[in-house]
Amino acid sequence: MNLLLTVRHALGALAAAAVLAPATTHAQDKTITLCWAAWDPANALVELSKDFTAKTKVKMKFEFVPWPNFADRMLNELNSKGKLCDLIIGDSQWIGGSAENGHYVKLNEFFDKSGIKMSDFLPATVYAYSTWPKGSPNYYALPAMGDALGWTYRRDWFAKPELQAEFKKKHNRELGPPKTWTELKQVAEFFQGRQVDGKKVYGAAIFTERGSEGITMGATAAMYAWGMTFDDPKKPYNMAGFTNGPAAVEALEFYKSLYKCCTPPGYTNAYMQEGLDAFKSGQVAMQMNWFAFFPGLYKDEKVGGSKIGFFVNPRQKVAASTLGGQGISVVSYSPNKNEALEYIKWFAQPDVQKKWYSLGGYSCHNAVLKDPGFAKTTPFAADFLDAMGGVQDFWQEPAYAQLLLAMQKRVHDFVVADKGTSKEALDALVADWTKVFKEEGKLK
Amino acid sequence: MDAPTQIAQRLAQATPAPLRQRVRGLSDRAIAWLFIGPTMALLLAINIFPLIWTVWLSFTNYRANRPNAEVMNRGIDNYVDVLTDPDIWAAMQATAHFVFWTLLLQTLLGFALAYLIDRKFRGHGFWTTVLLIPMMLSPAVVGNFWQFLYQPQIGLFNYAVSFVSGLPPSSFEMLGSVKLAPWAIVIVDTWMWTPYVMLICLAGLRSIPDYIYEAAEVDRASKWRQFWSITLPMVLPFIMLAVLFRGIENFKMFDMVNLLTSGGPGSTTEVASITLKREAFEKWRTGYSSAFAIVLFVAVFGLANIYVKALNTVKNR
Repeated sequence: MNLLLTVRHALGALAAAAVLAPATTHAQDKTITLCWAAWDPANALVELSKDFTAKTKVKMKFEFVPWPNFADRMLNELNSKGKLCDLIIGDSQWIGGSAENGHYVKLNEFFDKSGIKMSDFLPATVYAYSTWPKGSPNYYALPAMGDALGWTYRRDWFAKPELQAEFKKKHNRELGPPKTWTELKQVAEFFQGRQVDGKKVYGAAIFTERGSEGITMGATAAMYAWGMTFDDPKKPYNMAGFTNGPAAVEALEFYKSLYKCCTPPGYTNAYMQEGLDAFKSGQVAMQMNWFAFFPGLYKDEKVGGSKIGFFVNPRQKVAASTLGGQGISVVSYSPNKNEALEYIKWFAQPDVQKKWYSLGGYSCHNAVLKDPGFAKTTPFAADFLDAMGGVQDFWQEPAYAQLLLAMQKRVHDFVVADKGTSKEALDALVADWTKVFKEEGKLK
Repeated sequence: MDAPTQIAQRLAQATPAPLRQRVRGLSDRAIAWLFIGPTMALLLAINIFPLIWTVWLSFTNYRANRPNAEVMNRGIDNYVDVLTDPDIWAAMQATAHFVFWTLLLQTLLGFALAYLIDRKFRGHGFWTTVLLIPMMLSPAVVGNFWQFLYQPQIGLFNYAVSFVSGLPPSSFEMLGSVKLAPWAIVIVDTWMWTPYVMLICLAGLRSIPDYIYEAAEVDRASKWRQFWSITLPMVLPFIMLAVLFRGIENFKMFDMVNLLTSGGPGSTTEVASITLKREAFEKWRTGYSSAFAIVLFVAVFGLANIYVKALNTVKNR
């Protein structure tokens, strides 16, 4: 009898659950996948997204790909109309191709309905991460992770009195974070091959990577600071005299001289990770890298805290920094577009953006960046704001990959492989790019 | 009754009657087709169809990342572009350098090792296994650990060279120097694949009957004479086979070079397959890269055919 009662109760409970379940299990059953690069901020986003799951019951899955393979892997996924990613935090340069080829959902209507205003985000990030055609009010992403190229240095080495004295005697100024590229090279030369704390150290870790985008991102950091623009602002896509103009030629020449004089041995194919390794292992006095890594570096037991200092990309003729960072987009082929859009709506909230920043992500929201206390939140926050005020990005055209690979080849050929002159390299680059833009129908 | 006949009989008994009758009604030719049919279908689907598709694409401006764009016929323009592109010729030159030197070194070393291993000595099995280890490793693993070995500051290779030559270890960069990088990839490939050539040569050496050497001994032929007149001619078809296999493999070498140098410094070690991958899957010039792939295919196929004819001539001598 007891058994019969138990079975009846159990069946009753099951029936009740079946009636009541749809409203709750629907959301609980949903899982959306967010695709991004595998790096420190991605871990912060995993942490942050737990709040989204707690609030909406939509579970989150993450697909993080290491940076060197990120573009290959994700662009293949998008081109094959794959359903792996519901949300993607894609590189800024992908926006043109992804918008034109229909990979990303256009978000204007959704923003209007959800009350998301682009004016709530830093204009430079909206321009770079969200719009296509550039600067138009057509949005394909929400600015998710602001980033720019910056520098770190060994504050503890710079503070050594004997080094301070020697540097001052040689250059008649204090040994401190450089303000210009010329100063940066002087500091790098000063440290190159020097014994510090009983160990041979080198000047600077800069980007020289050949395979993806490394050397282009590094060299353009100098070229932008020399005042280079890729094309004539009045006549778009006219690059002669701009990409290969005197400023660009001089800057590239300088970048090569910095590579030759002041990098560690074997530094011929180095990007973010190699830079981090060189800095963390105490090999270099200065490191070029993305701001995204700075929170992690500041926390590093060996080289963080009081041992590390940060500075914005030095100016030469103008103040400018290479843009990094990404926007978050909904993939057109996702079967879970509603949940993905819900995530974006949640992510755009000022409180969530504040928490995002506190976890180590670089929010682009004005609620974070325009907070009077922002500049003092971390030792690099002021530099970040400074950098974001003058960022410049590579081409964001649908043919960006062709343009990027051409630059990787020409610049690496000149800087690392000693092929030809700076002028010849940039002339060849202009010829390559002209051919691409002609094929694209953007130049006659 | 022997075992295979017993198994055949049991299989025949186990076959259901209707199927047996249907199979009985088929000709030998039909049964043969039945057996090779699935393989042929698979071959057509994954080899022949993509090949024909690639040939078609090679005459178009198609880009796989722009599925909505209009596909236009470009005639032979892609082929003209490929054959007049200086970067393609630079890649072919890098490939030729890599293929020539790896084949030469692997053949010489592989044969020499096989000749040594062919003798009976203590620990013969152990040393054979040790020699075979490199070819059992994944190219990705090999690429990664040679990257460490070539590291100018901590790499064992640089320290070994330093020990022998007296040069400071960090004074030269195997992977970063334009002069040394092409040799760095040759060294790694030779290290990895010489055992493979050795194995094939060893098979050749072991196939030579002892009585030929005994007859030569009776004729008082010197060891040197025996080597030139017996060993080498009889092993030659095997060596040529090894050269063919390695030649084809190295012509399309990608993984190891990509891991070691990514084609750098600059474009010094950018072999044809790396250029092809960049054109096809990074620049997304599908039509152009299809034309390049066809050019490579024709080159390899043509050379391999000529070579196989030469191999047959040697074998029939």
